[in-house]
Amino acid sequence: MKLQKATLFALFSVLELARDPERQMSAGEIAEIYGISVNHLAKVLRELGRAGLVEAVRGVGGGYRFSGTAKRTSLYDVINLFGDIVTDASEMPGQTGDTEIAQALGRVLNEIDEIAIATLKSISLSTLLKSTEGAAMGAAKRTESRQFELSR
Amino acid sequence: MLSTLNSANRTKGPRGHGSKQMLEQSSTPEQSFKAGSPVIRDARTEDMEAVGEIDAGITGLAKPDYWSRAFARYGARPDRWFLVAEIGGNVVGFILGEQRAWEFGSPPCGWVFAIGVAADRRLGGIGTQLFETICRRMGEAGVETIRTMLARDDALNMAFFRSQGMMGGSFIQLEMPLSHPRQSDETTGQNR
Repeated sequence: MKLQKATLFALFSVLELARDPERQMSAGEIAEIYGISVNHLAKVLRELGRAGLVEAVRGVGGGYRFSGTAKRTSLYDVINLFGDIVTDASEMPGQTGDTEIAQALGRVLNEIDEIAIATLKSISLSTLLKSTEGAAMGAAKRTESRQFELSR
Repeated sequence: MLSTLNSANRTKGPRGHGSKQMLEQSSTPEQSFKAGSPVIRDARTEDMEAVGEIDAGITGLAKPDYWSRAFARYGARPDRWFLVAEIGGNVVGFILGEQRAWEFGSPPCGWVFAIGVAADRRLGGIGTQLFETICRRMGEAGVETIRTMLARDDALNMAFFRSQGMMGGSFIQLEMPLSHPRQSDETTGQNR
């Protein structure tokens, strides 16, 4: 699956901000972490603001802050703000959607879409962030273990 | 697979809530009971009425005979786990699972196929404690991987199991209605 840039930027931003809902980050800070365009990200953040997932904080040290509910917001909720991931067989070029082969292919693509959507709907922002904590701990342990081995 | 039970869980307890203080014992829950803290223990015959009520509250179907059979099949059996959560002498949740081996080449693994928490006890981490306990029991029995199967549109249960760390596995479930015209060797052009 390949997500549109805006969708990916939205996921980066929301997840980065949801890590610590008290923290404020500017578009520039988020863009720097992920190596993405700050101008493009600014537009995405405005859209996220309209959806109530982030809020702009004005003044010195201002920026954006997560304002959603991490346990109740799924990856799909964010993705859905920026477009549909579904591959509609009826969108196949020309009149191919009417043929038996196109319909059979459409059924397979629908099956893939349904699995993808079910997966994205089932993963909340907090669940995804939890998995990053586990990965970070695992990486730290591996580094620690390696350092221990090297020091022996 | 007791698929009718798999939709039974409507718990979405926050992970970690109370999990560090998890109480579990297999025979004498009264000794470690604290008000409001569930004791996770092996199910007993007399729990089946309460388990059936929790299930009926979720599914809308009363199946007392089914639960009696489920206890006979899964209660107090090696490599099978039927656990309940008890608070103040009342059963408020349950979980079932078993160890299976070599199905479709899969090494021994644990299957969780039913979990349920009473409606008025949800969001308190009981589902998480039940899940963590059965995982630990399975781990003690040598299980290294646990599995479950859910309806694709069962977002709530899927979110619960995901929140526990479960992810898409290495097997894909396939199905076919028997009324469906089977693709014959003639139509596929292949001999199997």
